[in-house]
Amino acid sequence: MISIIALYKIFFSKINSMWNSLHQSFSTIIVLIFCLFSSPLHAALDIEIFGGGASQIPIAIIPFAAEERLAQSVTAVVRSDLQRSGLFRMVDSVSSVPHEPSEIIYPDWQMRGVNAMVIGATRLLPNGQVEVRYRLMDIAKQQILISDMETVSVKQLRAVAHRMADSIYEKLTGDIGVFSTRIAYVAKQGKRYALKVADADGFNARTAIEYTEPIISLAWSPDGTKIAYVSFENKKPVIHVQTLATGERRAIAKFRGSNSAPAWSPDGKKIAVVLSKKGGSQIFLINSDGSGLRRLTRSSSIDTEPNFSPDGKSIIFTSDRGGSPQIYRMAVAGSASRVAERLTFEGSYNVSPQYHHDGKSFIYIHRNDSQFNVAIQSLETRQVQLLTDSAFDESPSFAPNGKIILYATEIKGRGILAAVSSDGRTRQELSTQEGDIREPAWGPLPKWRRKF
Amino acid sequence: MRKILSIALVVLLSACANKTINPDGEEGNQANTGAMSGENASGSPTVNPLVDPTNILSKRSVYFEFDEYVVSDKYKSMVLSHARYLRDNSNLSIRIQGNTDERGSREYNLALGQRRADSVKRVMTLAGTQDSQIESVSYGEEKPRAVGHNEASWTENRRADIRYQGE
Repeated sequence: MISIIALYKIFFSKINSMWNSLHQSFSTIIVLIFCLFSSPLHAALDIEIFGGGASQIPIAIIPFAAEERLAQSVTAVVRSDLQRSGLFRMVDSVSSVPHEPSEIIYPDWQMRGVNAMVIGATRLLPNGQVEVRYRLMDIAKQQILISDMETVSVKQLRAVAHRMADSIYEKLTGDIGVFSTRIAYVAKQGKRYALKVADADGFNARTAIEYTEPIISLAWSPDGTKIAYVSFENKKPVIHVQTLATGERRAIAKFRGSNSAPAWSPDGKKIAVVLSKKGGSQIFLINSDGSGLRRLTRSSSIDTEPNFSPDGKSIIFTSDRGGSPQIYRMAVAGSASRVAERLTFEGSYNVSPQYHHDGKSFIYIHRNDSQFNVAIQSLETRQVQLLTDSAFDESPSFAPNGKIILYATEIKGRGILAAVSSDGRTRQELSTQEGDIREPAWGPLPKWRRKF
Repeated sequence: MRKILSIALVVLLSACANKTINPDGEEGNQANTGAMSGENASGSPTVNPLVDPTNILSKRSVYFEFDEYVVSDKYKSMVLSHARYLRDNSNLSIRIQGNTDERGSREYNLALGQRRADSVKRVMTLAGTQDSQIESVSYGEEKPRAVGHNEASWTENRRADIRYQGE
């Protein structure tokens, strides 16, 4: 019995290596790996903001002292971050430009309805570094809410501004800020597909890998060091995991047939994948280094798009076992893993589920007539809310604070990214000058910010 | 007499060499598949049937209706010709690539394309082709042949393609 299996395996690997060598000699695929800092400091993505509510916090961000001498304005980044959240309304300074609390004429600002103010100063040090000091002021109570200082290199000015925006956002809203996070997406230009990683505001975009074959289904590792993706460079879908810092990559699922839809477990040790090696499309669990394989779903229908719950104990996924694609949930471990519970009941097409980080709700794509929109559903109440109204939305991805949803959409036939707040009130469009962008994936909180 | 007998023998033998018997009892040659390479009776080299436009083996695409994955009768004989060819040439292998139109989730479309490729494969294995000679994969909506956002393009893209190794 064992020798038969061994012979079978040898036979398969011979066929595989035959395919590989033939494809290598006939292929015209160009694979370029850029893992170093190569992009200029302008936004790869242009961002437009729509909506917002009456309940926005009025805030004044006063340009810092000596800031105009810096290559990069710190307050411009803080202002842009807070504005993009949709929760703040910028109030401009009319006459006074305070840099210290003692310089603030409170009645002037209170009269204009300003609740909060950011003031500060920058100082260029002899060693070329920049000292940035700032305070967040409560205008009504005339109190200092935050007082902080950092010394950074000029290159890190945007990063320090994002950290400031995070602190201000957290102090005034009570929620975790995501301004120091990154997003990944696929940019298609002509026949070239590039996997790009950028700051959450679209700046500092870097190409992690570029092919002349499609790349889809990006998935960040929970620690933010790697991205799993599906590439078609082998003339069929294969799952790769790439380490961002080094560019090193590894095919972790290259079984016979198709390999796709990678989803990391919250502890980063396993990846749920969809394989056709046993026929059809079924969900399996594999170690993040590609070893070990355990089958999770066992149906004769399509089971795909797995997504782990925050506690790692269950997955939600897309299945058409009921006759049309709907969203189901099942336990990962034990015998309970055979039973799947259906979660969506409205409409005939509900796909691409993603858990909220608190495990209590999930987003997905819901087809309404011929329109595909982002929906959010509470697991407890089963209540559904449609968040978008465009024609072709896909690939929704939660920000790690659960307050914003990034997704791919189309405007006049061109692929762009968009973001909508989880209450549906604020929307943004992120587009690029060159080509189409699609398959967004919001990265996790940086290690130093992780609270949950 | 001997001369007539030997001529008759040669004629009989050459006639036999050109016929293949299928398990279902039909005589071969009906799709004019022939051997992969080699010579016909007159001694000149034959065209590779896989790329010969007059040969059904040069036809490689099975088309599907929206949401469909069953191989319709229109394409059965083409698929079966490939099945027979692979049976007769066990050193060959193919990849069946399933495709969908662009509407909907990319991963769900990858699975739908897989279903189409699997469906074509099943027709072939049921006709006797070895499972090991066929790998069924999917491109989903990622490699469309037609790039319009209309029914004509979508119809062209709902398709499974047969690719022999090296193509």
